[in-house]
This record gives sequence, structure tokens and C-alpha cells, in this order.
Amino acid sequence: MNELILLLGSSIDSGTPLLLAALGLIINERSGVINLGAEGLMLIAAIAGFATAVATKNDLMALLAGAAAAALFAALFGLLVIWLNANQYATGLALSLFGSGFSAFVGIGYTQESVAVAARHSVLSHHFLVYLAVLLTMALSWFLFRSKAGLVLRAVGESPESAQALGYRVRLIRLAAVVCGGALVGLAGAFVSVVSTPLWVEGMIAGKGWIALALTTFATWRPGRALLGAYLFGGVTMLQLHLQGRGVNLPVELLTALPYLATILVLVLISRNPRWIAANMPTSLGKPFYPGA
Amino acid sequence: MIKLEPRTEPSAWLSVASPLFALAVTVALGMSLFVLLGKDALSCLQMFFVEPLKNGRALAELSLKATPLLMIGLGLSLCFRSNVWNIGAEGQFILGSIFATWVALRATPESGPSLIVALLLAGALGGALWASITAALRDRFNASEILVSLMLVYVAEQLLAYLVNGPWKDPDGYNFPQTITFLSSARIPHLVEGSRANIGLPLALLSAVTCWLFMHKSYAGYRLDVAGQAPLAARYAGFSARKALWLPILVSGALAGLAGALEVAGPDGQLTTHVPLGYGFAAIIVAFVGRLDPVGVTLSSVLMSMFFIGGELAQTRLGLPKSITGIFQGLLLFSLLTCDTLVKSRLRFTFSGPGKAVAK
Repeated sequence: MNELILLLGSSIDSGTPLLLAALGLIINERSGVINLGAEGLMLIAAIAGFATAVATKNDLMALLAGAAAAALFAALFGLLVIWLNANQYATGLALSLFGSGFSAFVGIGYTQESVAVAARHSVLSHHFLVYLAVLLTMALSWFLFRSKAGLVLRAVGESPESAQALGYRVRLIRLAAVVCGGALVGLAGAFVSVVSTPLWVEGMIAGKGWIALALTTFATWRPGRALLGAYLFGGVTMLQLHLQGRGVNLPVELLTALPYLATILVLVLISRNPRWIAANMPTSLGKPFYPGA
Repeated sequence: MIKLEPRTEPSAWLSVASPLFALAVTVALGMSLFVLLGKDALSCLQMFFVEPLKNGRALAELSLKATPLLMIGLGLSLCFRSNVWNIGAEGQFILGSIFATWVALRATPESGPSLIVALLLAGALGGALWASITAALRDRFNASEILVSLMLVYVAEQLLAYLVNGPWKDPDGYNFPQTITFLSSARIPHLVEGSRANIGLPLALLSAVTCWLFMHKSYAGYRLDVAGQAPLAARYAGFSARKALWLPILVSGALAGLAGALEVAGPDGQLTTHVPLGYGFAAIIVAFVGRLDPVGVTLSSVLMSMFFIGGELAQTRLGLPKSITGIFQGLLLFSLLTCDTLVKSRLRFTFSGPGKAVAK
């Protein structure tokens, strides 16, 4: 029983970065912009956060540095796809490839370090960000579906032409969504390298950015469902680690592959009904918008 | 103020000039990076653009890197043209190397050239099978091919790790995760004695020619193009949407698998976890920089392998991390996408505010 509670607790811990990233991507995609660069942003944030943690020994500073670094690169991405109308898929891929090279390059001096962050802000053996992520989920839910600003954001994602006709600055709103979303994705990346496993390993995000992208579809772009999905995935990750630890007679590699296989399974289950996806997906997602036309 | 305005006719010379311009921007950014790191920018430039071409040995190394990039880049061009976002070529490459290894481990010293043929076919089959999972899940369940193909890369990496740590591990390998070194009868033949360049190069060039003929001279290639650019028109014309999904994905999987077979039985000569070097991801950039056209892809694969070799030289000579290659690759794609907006639009200097522009 005790073991089960421990497993649940650690599932929530390991689901938190997925949740933060998925929330960021939901903001992003609700505005009509898909960011395939999430993996790269998380890597950039992970090394920025870790380097800051080494320098300052302060986890708050480290997390903020990660969020800021990712927001900066997200802004660059936003300028490319929103103002220059570069293909969102290709530009996102470029960001992911760049992020993995850039983080490996910057991180080369940090591979031997590990950091015991002095001022770790924990409450009841969970980092405060774990609780904050839950609050953020509720706040984002309220924002999207109960506030006027959220309605505008969704309108921009559904029909940028109508939003513009009503006098809203579509491009600025999209850029704001991309930057805020990027910051949350960055917070997630820094959480991995500063809180979950306080060290830097090349490519340590290991697909979490992509899994978060899958989660937004799974959650049909709703924050509450993203929380459920993220914890579920955290559970799968912890379960496989738990099984590895108990020396279960299965190849380690099969267990390590489980979260990725689970992602595929979830994608299959959720996408089976194209009408359901179409009814929930922001209509202008991934499409360029020309205000003059 | 300055405004970007869509061009009515995409300018032909600009679509060629744009990648060159992007390259210039990347080189300028790269040189500034070297200066920032306190290195001599000119000698770095030489490392990337002169040394890989300086003699026969360097050219042979260049061909070894350009071969997989070209093969995978061709397949991906076909995919991206038909709007199929297969970004998991790395996984298909890994499966190709695994299938080829299965054949190579069965070689005897007496095995003839037919074994090499079987090994290459097995590689292509492995890549195509792995890619077919993505196609099937997209076809049957509408699952995003971007995410599925990418997740399968991580799964393929684990499968590879399992094989070289478990059933295929070399018993005399000092516990390293690797298979035995392949017998010489299971190694890809060299083009000429004493050079490392192998028959992968002519195979890749042959694939490029075939791809060019398919894309530009065949009705089937035309149908794929229409399916990618105007799916509604394709449906109206009765072109099969399923074919436009399956054909490019299977071809790109097979080409990536073939590249994996050539790699494992060529320069590497044994299966290890270091066989996949990221060619599958770099080839995405090769495809875009090459304008999704076999001629362009051939040129850009050479360029990208210069990045790889330059990165290795920067590591051994300057002590810079090899990952600098990844930075340059990312920068090149970023610059290209930016430059491309110049192809699709023109700068317009106007004196009116944004309000008027909307009213127009």
C-alpha cells in the first residue's frame, strides 16, 4: 500500500514537466500556431536552467532562466511563422534540430556536474512547482473558457479573419500566445534538469516535448484533460522504472520504450474518430494568416 | 513603413538563390560564433569548406557521409511533396541496419556477392516495414504521422540497444554493446582498392536519377504532387489519397533502411549503438535546402556532409564539441525558411499606416 502511494506521488512528479509543457502548447495551439519545436525549447531551457542552478545554487532563478531562454527562442519562432509566414511544421522542426545541437554545444562543460540546489522549495516532499502546475491548469481552464481574453484567443485560433474584422490584432495575440506557451514549455524543460534529475545529459529531454505535443491532441486542447493525461504518462514512466528496479524479467529496453509505445497507442485511440478531433481542433491550426488578403 | 506582399508569380531565380543566400547567412553567423569563441574564423571556414574537398581521401570521406544523406533526403522529399510528414527516418535507418546485420551475421567466408545483395535488400525491407507502421496507423486510425514516426525512432533506438546488449552481443567484445565485426564477405565492396568510398555512392546517385524521372516524367509522380499541393483537386480527379500516403512513406522507409544497411556493413562493419549518427534528422534539412528536388537534394547532401566533416575537424583540432554541426544545420534551415519568404513575397515600402493597408 505504502509502495502504491509512493508510486502515485512519483507519477505526479514525473508527469509535471509533461503537464507544464502541454499547458504551454495548448495556449500556443489555441491561437492557431503549432510549435513542433517544443523538444528543442525544452532542451534549451534544460541547459539554461541547469547552468543557472550551477552558478546560483537557486532553483527559482534556474527555473526562471529556463523559461526566459525558451521564451526568447519561441519569440524568434513566432516572428518567423507569424510575420514571415514560414511553414509552421518546417520551422518547428528547425527549432527542434537547432535546440538539440545548441544545448549539446552549450552543455559540453556541464556534463560532469551535478548540482544539489541549496534552496530547494519543497512542500510535503514535492517541489512547489508540482502544486503550481495544478493551479496553472485551473487558471488556464478559467482563462480559456470563462474570460473575455480567453475567448479572443480562441477566436483567433478558430477564425483569424473574423477576429481581425472585429478589430483584434491577430498577429500580436498569436505572438503573445507563442511566447507565453514557450515560457511554460521552458519551465517544463528546466524542471527536468533542475528538479527531476539535477544534472545535464545531452538529449536528456528524451522526447518529452513530442509527448507533450501528443498530449494536447489527447486532451482535445483542454487543460483539465491535459493534467489527467500528463499524470497517466508520468505513471507509465514511473511504473517502468519501478519494474526495472524490482528486476522484473523483461528486457530493460522494452520497459524504457513503454512511454513511447504508450504515446503511439494513445494517438491511435484518440485519432480514430476524425470528426471528434475536427470538432475540437482549433480550425486555423498550422495555417498561415495574411492580414492584408 | 516596410511591408511584405505576396508575389503573384514566384520568382524562379530567387527559388535557386534563396538556399545560396541562406548558406551565406549561416556562414556569416557561424563565423561570428567562432570569433566569439576566440577562434580564427578563416581557418574554421577552411575546415568546413576546403578541407573536405582537398584530396581523394577527403572526398572519399565526404562521399561516405553524403550517401546516406542523399538517399534519405530523396525519400523525404517525396514524402514532403505529397504532404506526408515522415520525420522518423532515423528509426527507419536503424531498422535497416538491424535487418542488414541479421543477414551479415549469417555470412561465411565463402559467401559470394549474393550475400551483399541480400543484405542491402534486407536493409531496405527493414526500413520499409518500420515506416509501414506509421503509414498504417495514419491510414487506418488517422494518427499523426509526425508524432508516430518520431516516437518510433525512440522505440527503434531501444530495439537496437536490446540487440547489441543481448542476443547479438559479441562474446569476445569485452562487454561492449556491439556485435562481432562482420566477415569481409559481408562488407560493402569498395569502389576502388585503397579508397574508403564504396558502392553506396553509385547506388545513391542511381536513386537520385530514378527519383528525378519519377517526379518529373511519370504520371504517378505528377499525381503525388497534386495530392500534396491540392488534395481536393486530387480527390476530384480521382487520384487515390491512400496511394499518396503509402507510396512515399514506403519508398522513403526503404531508402532510409538501405542507407542503414550501407552504413552498418560499410564504414562501421559491426552493429553498435553508435551506428545512428543523426543522418535521419539531418536529411530533413537536406530535403528542404534541396528544394525537395533530386538535383537540389544531391547538392545539399554534399553541403551537409561538409558540415559533418567540418564539425569533426573542429572537434579534433580546436577541441570544440562536435555538436556545432547541429547548430549549423539548424541555423541553415532557419535562414532558408526566412529567405524563402523573399521568394514568396516582395518588400514594399509604403507611407501609409497599417489601418489603410487593411482597408485596401
